[in-house]
Amino acid sequence: MVPSWQERTCESVGVKTEEIEKQLRKAAERLLREKKVDLFIGYGPSTVPGRTSPVFITDPKDAEKLIWNEFCSINLANYLPRYFGGDLNNRKSSLPNVGLAAKGCDGRAAVVLINENQVPRQNLYIVGISCEGMAELINGKPEKLENCRECSYPAPPVYDELIGDKKISPGKTPRFKRIEEFRKKPVEKRWEYFQREMSKCIRCYACRQVCPTCYCRECFTEETRPRWQGVSSEVSEVIYYHLGRLFHQAGRCVDCGSCSRACPVGIDLRLFLQGLAKDVKDLYDYEAGLALDQSPPLAVFKPDDLQGFITEP
Amino acid sequence: MKEFEPKIIAFLCHWCSYAGADLAGISRIQYPPNIRIIRVPCSTRVNPLYIFKALQNGADGVLVSGCHPGDCHYLSGNLVARRKFALLKNFLSDIGIEPERVQFSWVSASEGERFARIVEKVTADIKKLGPARKLVKSDF
Repeated sequence: MVPSWQERTCESVGVKTEEIEKQLRKAAERLLREKKVDLFIGYGPSTVPGRTSPVFITDPKDAEKLIWNEFCSINLANYLPRYFGGDLNNRKSSLPNVGLAAKGCDGRAAVVLINENQVPRQNLYIVGISCEGMAELINGKPEKLENCRECSYPAPPVYDELIGDKKISPGKTPRFKRIEEFRKKPVEKRWEYFQREMSKCIRCYACRQVCPTCYCRECFTEETRPRWQGVSSEVSEVIYYHLGRLFHQAGRCVDCGSCSRACPVGIDLRLFLQGLAKDVKDLYDYEAGLALDQSPPLAVFKPDDLQGFITEP
Repeated sequence: MKEFEPKIIAFLCHWCSYAGADLAGISRIQYPPNIRIIRVPCSTRVNPLYIFKALQNGADGVLVSGCHPGDCHYLSGNLVARRKFALLKNFLSDIGIEPERVQFSWVSASEGERFARIVEKVTADIKKLGPARKLVKSDF
């Protein structure tokens, strides 16, 4: 039973929810019935207005629980690594087949996971959905999410079947506009902004938990030999955590915006991740999650990589 | 009032930069004594977390020096490091750390004089900036 505030109303975002929902339910029911997948991950209703919850369906009859509306913003690819833990070479036969309802950002995150050998391609069935942008409730009104307004790839680049138009138009706002403006500011103003944002952090690690590419069994923050991260709430330790996590996302972040949305105190994480993504794109012509068998940009090199930053006497 | 003397942590790769620094010492080339050298096998060994840690623990600057591209003892270490350091430099600049605080250089084992000049330049740059306070954690 879908609550009334989640029914198809959002004209401001323009999401054609009914048709997509119908096709998604049909696809999930068929895949589970034909045993092409053992588990289907999608969106279901939530108890909180303006949100959806993930659902994990194993019975074809439960496909009716799937919904699709303008609040399907969480990145479902976050749930993939847990089903494929262990040595992939030895346990291929006992790994489940998982179906995923994937928007553009979810699909790109799944591709990054496949390229990093966390999820085998043959065990993942991606039901791609051309996403017209998701929204969140601000003062009771749905507002299109910032990363959806700037989205360059609304349809997943890799999919097994696609619901919706493959040639969906990207977001209207230029993607790196904000970081380009930010970089024009003087160094002290940038520090002031960063420090102000960081001083809000309560180290709940929601950003790390919700990020699909943060799947390390032992994160550097929990490592004790060596001990990188202190536990105090001092701003310097807080900043260290973010410097570590953000830099670990270089060339891997797909800009799904989950971290910024999950943050309970509203830290502007996307700005600094965009800086890294812009540099990786400008310097090494690479964007995360666009194709299978892409080599990670920080694991390879070209003989003529730019080195203007090297100090000369 | 004593002049500010910066503390600069220098990560030098064992095969080239450290040898270059050693040559500078043997040749009795004078250069500022502000660097504290940490020898690493290759410049790639330098994890960005070390650089953040150095700044957090009170270093006024960090210098990472490796072999020239193409001359890495491990063939491609410095080439992979080059990408990492380029991104790191821009990232630190984005968050508001002055770009001159963390510098990268290529110094070969025969370039004692060049090493001394690079250290001179880095020390002068950081002296101008003053003590690093932004990432420093308090002692208690």
